[in-house]
Amino acid sequence: MAAPQSFLWTRRIVLTLLACFVLLPVYVMVSSSLKPLQDVSGKFQWIPSTLTVQPYFDIWKTVPLAKYFVNSLIVASSATVLSVTIAVFSAYAVSRYRFRGKRVFTVTVLSTQMFPGILFLLPLFLIFVNIGSSTGVALYGSRGGLILTYLTFSLPFSIWMLIGYFDSIPRDLDEAALVDGCGPVGALFRVVVPAAVPGIVAVSVYSFMTAWGEVLFASVMTNDATRTLSVGLQGYATQNDVYWNQVMAASLVVSIPIVVGFLLLQRYLVAGLTAGAVK
Amino acid sequence: MTATVTEPRADTSAAKGTSRGTGGARRRLPRIPDRVRRGGLPYLLLLPAVLLELLIHIIPMIIGIVMSFRQLTQFFINNWGAAPWTGLDNYRIAVDFDAPIGEALLHSFFVTCVFTFFSVGFAWLLGTTAAILLQESFRGRGILRAVFLVPYALPVYAAVITWAFMFQRDNGLINHVLHEQLGIIDEPSFWLIGDNSIYTLIIVSVWKGWPFAFLMLMAGLQNIPRELYEAASIDGAGIWQQIRRITLPSLRPVNQVLVLVLFLWTFNDFNTPYVLFGRSAPENADLISIHIYQSSFVTWNFGTGSAMSVLLLLFLLLVTAVYLILTSRGRKGADV
Repeated sequence: MAAPQSFLWTRRIVLTLLACFVLLPVYVMVSSSLKPLQDVSGKFQWIPSTLTVQPYFDIWKTVPLAKYFVNSLIVASSATVLSVTIAVFSAYAVSRYRFRGKRVFTVTVLSTQMFPGILFLLPLFLIFVNIGSSTGVALYGSRGGLILTYLTFSLPFSIWMLIGYFDSIPRDLDEAALVDGCGPVGALFRVVVPAAVPGIVAVSVYSFMTAWGEVLFASVMTNDATRTLSVGLQGYATQNDVYWNQVMAASLVVSIPIVVGFLLLQRYLVAGLTAGAVK
Repeated sequence: MTATVTEPRADTSAAKGTSRGTGGARRRLPRIPDRVRRGGLPYLLLLPAVLLELLIHIIPMIIGIVMSFRQLTQFFINNWGAAPWTGLDNYRIAVDFDAPIGEALLHSFFVTCVFTFFSVGFAWLLGTTAAILLQESFRGRGILRAVFLVPYALPVYAAVITWAFMFQRDNGLINHVLHEQLGIIDEPSFWLIGDNSIYTLIIVSVWKGWPFAFLMLMAGLQNIPRELYEAASIDGAGIWQQIRRITLPSLRPVNQVLVLVLFLWTFNDFNTPYVLFGRSAPENADLISIHIYQSSFVTWNFGTGSAMSVLLLLFLLLVTAVYLILTSRGRKGADV
């Protein structure tokens, strides 16, 4: 279909403006991370007058960034694996079986999805502190405790999305597997899960990204040893100065793996959303 | 809510037997899947989710509600069962709009509503525009699509801290451009404290939130049959007319989900204001989640904080229910 000039020009102008808006902070992040401290403390410069890679070496010394990186990696991947696995089982049950309590289950999951994180922060904090003082199991400040709290966002979303996704997979497929001698669990793993890879990748990406970027629980539930990147990055601000060049360098370093991973997997996310949420 | 959980749990003892039964059924080739459906297998599959839901949602929520009826201060953190029972006092304090605490809560609620309205509105507008303009393939479409998703992929704190740097008064980009390069403002302004903070917050929130709208709407556009456009084209409809008559109406079901999700996420957002402003936000950007955090963990008034949380929850439930009733005509409730 031949689009008229008015459409083509609107498209060019609007998309260019949007791209500038989106990329402005990315440019600031990259250019400022290559400036010496006196340049980022003074007037902003679009083009750096001095280029240096020193901030990229300093970020590891100013705060224990590597440790925070490892903590974030452990917490985010554990939360992802845990919530996606559990969500696969329950979404399969809801999508394929009729049973009493099904509606109550789905409604509960759906409604917890909308609860604000702040609602669970205090009670979970109290539970962790109490478990700690009564049994000696230190959940408060531990990675395990943080992983559990991260399930508060990722589990309902994963269950909700996967039910939609599994519903879009023809039932005949797994019923054929049952007839061919698979058990129901066999049918799940040999037929439904392989057919649902885009949906499973989509919820995994979502879970990982939420956990990687979460600030609220991380700031209350961690201590020096278990601090994640989201809180650790605040360490570049000292009493006297904010090392903006290092903040930008560290932000870039922690962003690159997740942005690259996301861009590689984004087509799965669209496919997952199409089947799961946008029927 | 408790009934939700006890029901499947009560059946799990039976579930173990059935799962063994399915193993046996494997040899007998179950031709009637309904037989399995009546057994306990679904409950067994749900068990981990139900236990976790109990642990991370149901029990904390009950504790939260109980705490809102107690006078919970830092002295009772280690033994909150001993905190004195105060009945509805926390709620009375929270909604006493003439006293400082209630007045601040009402103000914060108002600020959150304004923030959510503009933030969701712009995010939706930008997302819709970009999704429609990228619907047809052209050179550079793939790259633009990837670029537009960057704010969604960037970790919140990394992105927001960069915005905080850009909005610095003395060494930030925004004042440099507005004051020195364009001369629009007479002297460098404060963006992270004072009256401007709400604009700052909305800009950052839109920047971060619109790619999700774009993503959802892009997914929605893939479901529109090409034949509709072809038919319209043959009937002589131009591209603007096609957008107005086919694209926008076809997106309505996606928009119903999208607007609700954006509303809930934006209304509850904690990460953006916290990274932008720190523990206590400027007065006119004092979002409700920051406000509750401040009341609970900074001034150590956990009881009032819990009461505020419960009120927030009731408000969100009410809005969601009304919204679902208004939009769900013809749609099944289960897959919202």
